[in-house]
Amino acid sequence: MIRDITIGQYYPIDSILHRLDPRTKIIAVFAYITSLFLINALYGYACVILALGIIIQLSKVPIQFILKGLKSIVFILIFTVSINILFSTGETVLWKFWIFNITVEGIILAFEMALRLILLIVGSSLLTLTTSPIQLTDGIEILLNPLAKIGVPAHEIAMMMSIALRFIPILLEETDKIMKAQTARGADFETGSIIQRAKAMVPIMVPLFVSAFRRADELAMAMEARCYRGGAGRTRMNSLKYQTRDKIAFVVIILFIAFCIWI
Amino acid sequence: MSIEIKNLTHIYGQGQPFEKIALENINFHIDKGEFIGIIGHTGSGKSTLIQMFNGLLKPTKGNILVDGIDINLDVENKKEARRKIGIVFQYPEYQLFEMTIYKDVAYGPTNLGLNEEEINSRVTSALTHMGMDESLWEKSPFELSGGQKRRVAIAGVIAMQPDILVLDEPTAGLDPKGREELFKQLKNMHKLLNMTIILVSHSMEDMARHTARLLVLSKGKLIYDDTPREVFKHITELEEIGLAPPQIKYIVKELRQRGFDISEDILTVEEAAYQIKRYLKGGK
Amino acid sequence: MIITAKNLVYEYINEEESGIIDKVRALDEFSIEVNEGEFLIVLGHNGSGKSTFAKHLNGILRATDGTLFVDGFDMKDEDIIWQVRSNVGMVFQNPDNQIVATIVEEDVAFGPENLGIPSQEIRERVNNALKLVEMEDYKRHSPNQLSGGQKQRIAIAGIIAMQPKCIVFDESTAMLDPMGRRQVMHTMNKLNKEHGITIIHITHHMEEAIMADRIVVIEQGKMILEGSPKNVFKNVEQLKNIGLDVPDATYLAYLLNKEGIKINTGVINTEEVIKELCQLK
Repeated sequence: MIRDITIGQYYPIDSILHRLDPRTKIIAVFAYITSLFLINALYGYACVILALGIIIQLSKVPIQFILKGLKSIVFILIFTVSINILFSTGETVLWKFWIFNITVEGIILAFEMALRLILLIVGSSLLTLTTSPIQLTDGIEILLNPLAKIGVPAHEIAMMMSIALRFIPILLEETDKIMKAQTARGADFETGSIIQRAKAMVPIMVPLFVSAFRRADELAMAMEARCYRGGAGRTRMNSLKYQTRDKIAFVVIILFIAFCIWI
Repeated sequence: MSIEIKNLTHIYGQGQPFEKIALENINFHIDKGEFIGIIGHTGSGKSTLIQMFNGLLKPTKGNILVDGIDINLDVENKKEARRKIGIVFQYPEYQLFEMTIYKDVAYGPTNLGLNEEEINSRVTSALTHMGMDESLWEKSPFELSGGQKRRVAIAGVIAMQPDILVLDEPTAGLDPKGREELFKQLKNMHKLLNMTIILVSHSMEDMARHTARLLVLSKGKLIYDDTPREVFKHITELEEIGLAPPQIKYIVKELRQRGFDISEDILTVEEAAYQIKRYLKGGK
Repeated sequence: MIITAKNLVYEYINEEESGIIDKVRALDEFSIEVNEGEFLIVLGHNGSGKSTFAKHLNGILRATDGTLFVDGFDMKDEDIIWQVRSNVGMVFQNPDNQIVATIVEEDVAFGPENLGIPSQEIRERVNNALKLVEMEDYKRHSPNQLSGGQKQRIAIAGIIAMQPKCIVFDESTAMLDPMGRRQVMHTMNKLNKEHGITIIHITHHMEEAIMADRIVVIEQGKMILEGSPKNVFKNVEQLKNIGLDVPDATYLAYLLNKEGIKINTGVINTEEVIKELCQLK
């Protein structure tokens, strides 16, 4: 089931979007998110959707694959929409019962919220779909670098992210193995009350933690043996350089934001 | 208590682009009380196969019959199969979690819903069979040495009192001494309890010394099903599928080519020494 | 002399829940000298102290007593530790727990990046290292898709890219299958013979020890045997007693001798034992 989540997954093909500098893409995503909160008119959304459509086309990632990422937020989506519909205040009351209050404004608001959420997820998943994890962490590290002067541990954050990315699949596989081993010893994770099921998790969590700590210990040792001493004095094999396409992208981003403010 | 594997096929991710055939049309039968080995290179399908023995994985095609009952037919059958077949996975020490060794071994029997007395007798018996001294039982399993942890974890499965015990690479990472000790205990148990033991490994030395029958898997297919003596005659083929036949097999082969009258199916160095001596003394 | 250890002692305190504190001596007055360019194998069963010794060689552990010089540096001096680590690389047991990055070539670059090597040179070193371990086709792969033997070769490439004089393999073959073990041993041999790198390999697999220049056997923190593979494996009974194996060829020669057939017991491979036996025919 965990494999179905496409958010955060990298789609390894070649496109203009894949070739953009990760920093450009991170900034673009921030600009895009800001724009989602700037606009409120219906044609504003139309413009954003159009822009997003063009970008998806450029990324060459199949639209079905991107939409699959929405599957994991269906629950949150339904929840927000129902809350907004049921508890909204507004003048044009359609239906009223006990604490529930359905209004035309509420429905519009709920629709708008859902649309924003979908656009948010689709837009930001494009970043991870077109940027390899390692490029992403590199980008974040460099963008955070100016903040290092005021004490933000930019290098450490990036290093933690990349180690997490490396070990998440390993730990997932390990969880699977431990579950199978305990199942073979008669463990039951599927039936029983919530408390019983929580208790049944102990034989999985303890070995998993023990193993994660052992791995962390060994990894730290291996990293130190390879002369790792934190970010100071490190060089990079692939240093990032802005290309012409990045400059063009920045112009587009600025124009887009200006447009959003204007409408 | 027998296992019958019929036309078993397993395909990972069927219908998807990364579809992979892990097992292809496997057929064999294991009788009660056998000490049998399954050998194959990493990725040969042996791990997939043992996960099917107690229904952790479902076959794409074919059946697994335990005592004539198809374990995948319904949930009750699967539960029954899990009770009858104990599986010790690779590096089983990674499944230890309780505060004491005793409690950890008691986890399985407790899950079976047995009474205190029965649990106690099973834990005692399992730990004794695995050679764990009683003075250690109240210790934390995390304080033990690697080899001891492994034995506690195996005891945890034995305490379920399965009719069939499957062990996946039980000697991985152990040194020669630890390996010999573990085998001694397994063989004792096999004799005393008349337990069927299925050993999965890529160590051909272990197989040669301890099993009576050997199944060889390669790329998801069962290529040999015979006594180790017969199977080990095919050293070139075994080498080609990524296994490492014991050095003594090469020595025997070379000697035979140079006219030594010794049999081709020699398995151990001791046998080879005996036959070479007989040949040399007889020749003079 | 790349490594000189004199009367090395390592003690640690084992505290039990019951409050009993007991001192464990993992290394007991251990002395050894390793020549530059040597292929040394350290044999011993689990808990013999062989791995403890390995972890002293780049300062992961520090001796309780005795002296240790690595690459001319006194390991008592804490300031030289990074210099030693850049010259003495270490490959560990679990292939998964020593790979840092999510892409093979990025991981190989990790060491040189830490050393502050210029980008262009890192690129060259990474390419060469991957070629040397015969993994250049997997440059852009994720380590998760590789087999144990392949992962271990990536770890080796990561060390080679730092251009060390010596590589210590701390039970690096213990978790591998026969094929993976063969691949890693092949790489080790190549590094030693073609590139002159000193290799110290810690293991309990005697079949790996055959290709060494010299074998050292550790038992209870002490060196009990030392010499060429032929001379060490001759001591069949002593090795079997401490729970180690000897090659089938050696064991066969030993058994035949016991039966009164006089052949040279200093044989370790198939060809040698065959030659000896054919002379008797």
